[in-house]
Parts: sequence; C-alpha cells; structure tokens
Amino acid sequence: MEERKLTCIGCPLGCQLTVTMENGEVKDVTGNTCPRGAAYARDEVTNPTRVVTSIVKVKGGNLAAVSCKTASVIPKAKIFEILDEIKPVVMEAPVKIGDVVVANVAGTGVDVIATKNIAAI
Amino acid sequence: MKSYDIIIVGGGPAGLAAAISAKKEGIDSILMIERDNQLGGILNQCIHNGFGLHTFKEELTGPEYASRFIDQALELNIEYKLQTMVLDITPEKVVTVMNREEGVVQYQAKAVILAMGCRERPRGALNIPGYRPAGIYSAGTAQRLVNMEGFMPGKKCVILGSGDIGLIMARRMTFEGAEVKVVAEVMPFSGGLKRNIVQCLDDYDIPLLLSHTVVDIEGTDRLEAVTIAEVGPDRKAIPGTEQRYECDTLLLSCGLIPENELSKQASVELSPITSGPIVDESLETNVPGIFACGNVLHVHDLVDFVSQEAGLAGANAAKYVKEGGEKGSTIVKINATDGARYTVPSSIHVENMADLLTVRFRVGAVFANKAISVYFNDERVQHRKKQIMAPGEMESVIIQKKQVEAYEGLETITIKIEDYSK
Amino acid sequence: MYDVIVIGAGVSGTCIARELSKYQANVCVIEKGDDVASGTSKANSGIVHGGYDCTPGTLMAEMNVRGNELLYQLAEELHYPIKKNGSLIVCTVPEEAGKLDVLLDQANKNGVPGCRIIGKEEALAMEPNLTDNTVAALYVPTGGIICPWGLALAMGENATVNGVEFKFETEVTNIEKKDDIFVVTTDEGTFESKIVVNAAGSFADIIHNMVSDNKVEIINRKGEYLLMDKELGDYFSATVFPLPGKMGKGILCAPTIHGNMFVGPSATDIDDKEGVNTTQEILDDLAFKAQNSYLTRTKLPMNKIITSFAGLRAHLPQHEFIIEECADCENFFDALGIESPGLTSSPAIAERIVGMIQAKHNFAKKENFIAEREPMVVMEDLTLEERNEMIKKDPRYGSIVCRCEMITEGEIVDAVTRPMGARTMDGVKRRTRAGMGRCQAGFCTPRTMEIISRELGVPMTEISKKGKGSELLVGKIKED
Repeated sequence: MEERKLTCIGCPLGCQLTVTMENGEVKDVTGNTCPRGAAYARDEVTNPTRVVTSIVKVKGGNLAAVSCKTASVIPKAKIFEILDEIKPVVMEAPVKIGDVVVANVAGTGVDVIATKNIAAI
Repeated sequence: MKSYDIIIVGGGPAGLAAAISAKKEGIDSILMIERDNQLGGILNQCIHNGFGLHTFKEELTGPEYASRFIDQALELNIEYKLQTMVLDITPEKVVTVMNREEGVVQYQAKAVILAMGCRERPRGALNIPGYRPAGIYSAGTAQRLVNMEGFMPGKKCVILGSGDIGLIMARRMTFEGAEVKVVAEVMPFSGGLKRNIVQCLDDYDIPLLLSHTVVDIEGTDRLEAVTIAEVGPDRKAIPGTEQRYECDTLLLSCGLIPENELSKQASVELSPITSGPIVDESLETNVPGIFACGNVLHVHDLVDFVSQEAGLAGANAAKYVKEGGEKGSTIVKINATDGARYTVPSSIHVENMADLLTVRFRVGAVFANKAISVYFNDERVQHRKKQIMAPGEMESVIIQKKQVEAYEGLETITIKIEDYSK
Repeated sequence: MYDVIVIGAGVSGTCIARELSKYQANVCVIEKGDDVASGTSKANSGIVHGGYDCTPGTLMAEMNVRGNELLYQLAEELHYPIKKNGSLIVCTVPEEAGKLDVLLDQANKNGVPGCRIIGKEEALAMEPNLTDNTVAALYVPTGGIICPWGLALAMGENATVNGVEFKFETEVTNIEKKDDIFVVTTDEGTFESKIVVNAAGSFADIIHNMVSDNKVEIINRKGEYLLMDKELGDYFSATVFPLPGKMGKGILCAPTIHGNMFVGPSATDIDDKEGVNTTQEILDDLAFKAQNSYLTRTKLPMNKIITSFAGLRAHLPQHEFIIEECADCENFFDALGIESPGLTSSPAIAERIVGMIQAKHNFAKKENFIAEREPMVVMEDLTLEERNEMIKKDPRYGSIVCRCEMITEGEIVDAVTRPMGARTMDGVKRRTRAGMGRCQAGFCTPRTMEIISRELGVPMTEISKKGKGSELLVGKIKED
C-alpha cells in the first residue's frame, strides 16, 4: 500500500487529496469534495500529463522568439526531454500559428507547434 | 477635425472585442488605437495555455486567443493604428493621438471606449526596503523579455507575489534553465489559480511561502540576495524569521493597477476600490458616451470575461451612437457589502437594462461554504451557496430585468457574502 | 598632463568643471560612478534653499545665498529645470512660534531677500492643503525646486562642449605629489596634474586624507524619501518644511520639479559611504508621518507611493563647508562637508574655488567659450504645432517609449547621442525621465535598452542599469 498526496486543481477550493495505491492501481481517493477531484487524482497518479508551452528562436522575423506548445498533452515525465529537443531549433520567419516546430517530439507522437504568427522582415 | 463614430483606446483583448461587437452592431466608422507594434496586447507575451475555455471551449495560448480576435477584426475591416499613443481625451470626446507618420492629430469621436488595460504594481509601491540594484523586474517585464525579445533577465530567481503571472513566470524561468528558489506571498493565501500552483510550482519543487515577504534587498550593482521573513496578521515582518536567499533576480507579481490616467483627463469618475471607472449597466462612465471595459475597468481573472464585457461595451457604444444616450430616469444603485468589495456595474437604469444583467464582483477574503446573497432593498431575493470564494477569482450574479421592474420602490440592490441558510 | 583634475562629478564637481572651462586650462573630471550626479548629488530633496537656516556669518550662509542667486541666473543659459516656488517653514505648535522670529532674523542677517512671517490665514490661503494645526509660517520667496541631475548634466555637458574631459567609472585610489605635480592613481590608469580639486562628496575625506596630515572625517548622514505619484504633484505649490531640528531641516513635503511630491528626508548617521539602502523602520516612519497629517490637511494616500530612495549627505561635525586650498598641500583645493544646502551652493562653491585657482594661476580666458547649452527637447512641454514640427523633422519624436512620462524615442536618442551622452538605463532616466514614472520602467525597459544598444552599437546583454556589474540581462534564451 502506497499513499500519494495531491492538491486538486479543479477549483479554488484546492482539496488536499490522498490517493491510496497498490501495485500501481488506485484503491481509494479521499479528501475530495466532488467527483471531479477523484477523477483528477486517478489520472494524476497513474498517467500525469501536461501541455508544454515554451519558445524557440526565430530568424529574420519581427520578434526574436516564437511561442510554441505541444499540440496535445504529453506525459509529465517527458517535459524536460521535450525542452531539450526544442532548445536548438531555429525557425525561419515567416511563421504561422500551427506550423510544426518539432514533429513527434521526444517520441511522444505529439508535435510541437507554433502558437504565434511571426512576420518576416 | 476628422471624426469617427467610435474611437477605441487600446488594441488588446478588450479593445478588439469591443471593436468587433460595435462593428457587428452596424457601426462602420470605428478607429482602434494601439500603442504597441501589434494588436493583441499583453496576450502576446502570455505564451502559456489556459485561455478561451469559456469562449472557444478549448484551451488556447495567449497569442492564439488574441489571433482569433485579430483575424475577426481584420475580416471586418476595422480601422486601427499601431504604435500610436493617445495623449489626451477631453470630456467632449476629442481624442489627441501621436505617432511617427502623422505627428499629433486630433479626432472627434461620438463615443469613446476605454480599453487601456492595466500595469503592474512596481517595487516602490510595495515599500520594500533595501538597495536598488539591477535585477529587480516586475514579472510581466521579465515575461516580455523572455517570451518576446528572447533574453534571460537572470539565472537565480526569487519571486515575490503569487499572482498568476508570478506563478507562470516561475515555470517559464525554470524551463529556460534558471533556478527559481522560492515564491513568497505576503497574504495567507495565494491569489493565483490552484492549477498554476500545482503545475508551475509543485511540479518543479518550487516552494511557496505564504504569509512571507521580502524585507531586505542586497547588492549595489546587480542584485545579490534578498531576505524573506514571515509576516504576522498585520502583514509586518516577525523578527527572527528572516531567511536570506542568494539570487540575481527578483520578480514582482504583486498586483495589477488599471491604467486610468487618460480617463482622469476626460473627467471620468473612478472607484477608489477598483481604481477603474464607475460605470452603469451599459458600462458607460459618468461622462456621456465614454465607455470602459477590460482591465482598465477592473482587473479580471480570465480573459474570456474581458472579451464578454468588452463585447457588451462595444454594443452599448454602438447603441449610443445610433440612438443617443437616453436611458430613462429610474436608477437603482448596486452596493457591495459584507465581504463583497465592489460591483461592476454599480448602478442600473432600469428601462435600459438587458433582460439578464451580469454583475461582476470580487470578495475581500477567502470564504468557504458561504453564500452570495442579493438583496432588493432589505429583502433577500437570491441566495446561492458557494463552496469556495477567493479574492483571486471574479464572482458574478445575474439580475433579471423582469424582477427589477416588478419590484416596487426598488432603490438599491445589495450583494453580500453571508452564512448559508436553506 | 592636465592643468586641473577635478575628482567627483556631482553638482560641485560639474559646476567647478564648467567654471574652469571658461579658461585656457586642460581640465579632466574623474568620477567613479557611471555618470554625473551618481553619488551624493543623486538622491536629495532637489530644493533651492533660500538660506534662512544657516548660521549668520558662516561660509555656508554666504554660499547658500550666492548659490541661490546664481542658480536662477545660470538656468537661463544652461536650461536646467528650476522653479522659484517659494518655501514655507510651518510652525504647528503655538509654544514654538518664537522660533520663526529667530529664523526670520537669521534670514535677514544672511541677506535672504523678501522673507516674512505670515499668519495661519495667509498661509492657508497660499497653501489650502496645509494642516489645520498651522500656527504661523516663515515665507521665503526665493526658495525653489530644481532637478539635481539636470543641473549636473547641464554643467557637465557644457563643460564637455568647452573642452573638459570626463572619465567615468574611474576610481581614484591614490594621490601623490612629486615635484609639484600630482600623480593621481586610479583603477583605470595614472594621470598627472598641476592642480587637484577635491569634490568627492561623501568620499571627500578619503581623497583629502591622501594628501594631507590634517585628517578629516565625513559623517554619512542618510536621508530616506517616499516619492508620490504626480497626482499629488500639486498638493502643495511651495516647499513646505516643519520647523528645523538638530538633525537638519526636518521631514518636508514638497512638489518636485517634475511634478511629483515627496515626503522626507529622514536623518540617520551611518558608517557605510555607499549605504544608500532604505530601511523598513524609516519607510514606516515616513509613511506614518504622511498618514498623520503633520504638515498636510489630509492623510496622504499610501497607494500613491511610486518609489522610495535614500541618499547620503556629507556631514562634518562643525556643520560648515570647507572650501579652501589645503593648508599642507599646495594646489590641492578642497570642497569638504558639502551637505545641504550644498546643491543650492554648488555654483557659488565653483565660483569660489575657481576664484582661488585663478588668483594663483591666472589662466587666460577662452575666447571661444560657449556659454549656452543646447536645451533638451521635452515633447510634453511643447504645443501641438511645435510637436508636429519636431516629428516632421525627425519622426522618432512621434514615437512614445515611456508611456507614464510620455518620453519619445527622439528624446532618448538625443540623451544618448548628445555631448556626455547617456550610456546606461539610469543615464537615460536622469536625462529624459524615461522609466521614472508610476510604472517605474515596467513597460519601457526593453525598448529603452534596444535604443541604447542600437545607438551605441553595443549588444543588449551589455546594457547596464548604472555601469559595469549592473547589466540587466544575463544572456539570450536557449544558450547555456
């Protein structure tokens, strides 16, 4: 039996959740006020995911950097691997929202895409 | 003097939504004035996601959210000027602007929509003692430097204030290779979203010290260290609790202040609580034909609400231009008491109100398991339980025109936070 | 080899340099800060004192009254911001009203023109926001307000145009006299000169003690201030003082030349010559005073504080200026103990020191001396037509960079490119006020940095707040 403590992110209440796990399986969630809390806790302990947002350098544009994001959620454990992979990338202006910055980043099957239009100068 | 039906001051989320809405209401002669070199305002530097859940039912980043409105404004051929500063607005709605190409130009507007946004509270206003070295930035300035200009303001950061910009910047600086040592918050609770505390601090083991503040700043040239101490209920430092953190950067995320210098020039009356204009149900100020929306009116938590509010201001300005400002003589005051700090709007012209009027407000402290009550004169007419209310989040109630009209002798509507009773 | 080396580019040093630049002498000013007025002259009340509170017969009294006269005169050719707004010394305790008579008597003995004691009614008519506890006040019509940086910049620029050399970020570490020649050692090399003038403010004792056996010690008297938003700039039109006490002229409330209002200064003696940090205790005390209407009719709103700062006064125990040739070191001229009213006295100090130098060395007058300094364009002060003319000539004057103070790109470029131009953020701020407004450079920092970087051809990462070691950025993104 293993216990994990979490703060629920669903609302300002910020319930302190306790998840009881056995062999990687969720046995119980306590501390939640609503069912959304329990669902969040199950996801967060079994398969925590995040959208990563960052920037990459851009050449010849009206700004020095273009913002980007993973097109969908990726495993939380992959965040820094993804950041390392986009670090050396330099985009050429013009850049359009949705342009692929890195395809299949860190083997996640998810693309990193631009989130800002950058005009060429 | 060239004239426009509506001049909108600011091309951020509020200005854009107001312009689009006014145009859709049939006003063609619109000028939107933006001081920066692109439309979209501060959203352009807010590269994190979480915008637009209410408006677009998906989570967008700031620049993506802005671009949806910018695209619409361009499609609607709304006239705008970039890198143009509004120098003055008179109560007669003469708007003086300046830019490189045209110099100083004056325009006559029939209606003006104020959408200038807000600024961050600087160090000086926080009265933090110590030296004044390089390396102290407001979180938003650092956000612009990193996300738009591509520069790193520092490598070892301390953040004062746990507003959302501060939390977001803790993660951004971490992503860019900086070490964020601690986030200190003078209040016993954070003004930021729970999601941001978890995903920007907890995920990266960045400690959040509640009821703590910076009490000393060291370094004559570049910042070398700050001292953080615990504060008592009076928000004064408790001697003996000081802890020194070596750092080269201090980011301040200690509140936003609506930018109403132009409003004052136009004789617009401001609320001492919001620092924004006092408005009625049309979001019209005391100066006829001058409307306000977005963070210049009151600081919002979600941009979705800014867009909604600005849309309303745009439509009302259009109505003012088309039909004149006649709103009838029955005025009901809206008061905020017992934990509710203010309301927007703060008065209603009954004849002029929409069937459903959203009244937004903020609470002054954290309230758990309390209720929002609405009183017509002394009679309670709404009573809604809320599990949690916090100063960081905007609350709202909806007032029905039918009910207001039906209530004889209605003079004041009061919004209160009360114990819940069935 | 220089004829004269002036150590220190504060208000005294720059006034001395400008006065010397009238003569055919080879003059160099050595300053350890990155700019003029970066030490003692940087943070003070910015007041042109009438001269009512100096002890009659002292050099301080003489310098104050002469300096007051010169400051208003010189502004006409040097175009620094100055305004004769008058001073009011307010008595709020009936038993102390007699002190006003003492001050008036001193003022008359010192030759301060036009002073008189006014009753509560007249005082309130003059300043309706004055506390209701006002008993009576001394009115000093020649009192004024000035921008200390503006003065030092105007003097320094004009001296530069007339051939004076300025070496910034250069710290004097030793002075030796060899065969009547001074060898001045600095962290940037060694320089020789026939004459040395010590105008080093808080550090003037260290400089003096390098050459003299008559040791002096300057006491660093710290003053902390609260600066309020321009909204309160017209709360008072005159500079309002309480009755003076033994630590100085007391905590006053005054408009600044740029339309803000300040509360301060406190007075604490400290050991550290660079201890310009503010302290919680004093800031709280100033806020308490501002809240408790000791001079004001209403509580000053604390949410209108835009910044706080501290400065040092170079105090000598005898509270008197020493402006003389060093008794045991010929051709070494001291300006020691230049505390309040040092700012007001600075052009008089320069006149006196240069007078002493001329009495001995008699440098010939320059025939091509340029007395007039090219004024800085302040867009906000121009009419719409004048602004349009400027923008037509140079579109950069149409582009606002600092939105709080309404400073344009043109004004910032001018500040960087004019003689003795700005090289740092503080340099731009002091010349133009960009970044000095209510947002305290939150919005304009990146733009101002870009302009300095472009105009001086230095990378963004080398742009500093106030010289080496205070760079604003540590690098570019995505680099290690």
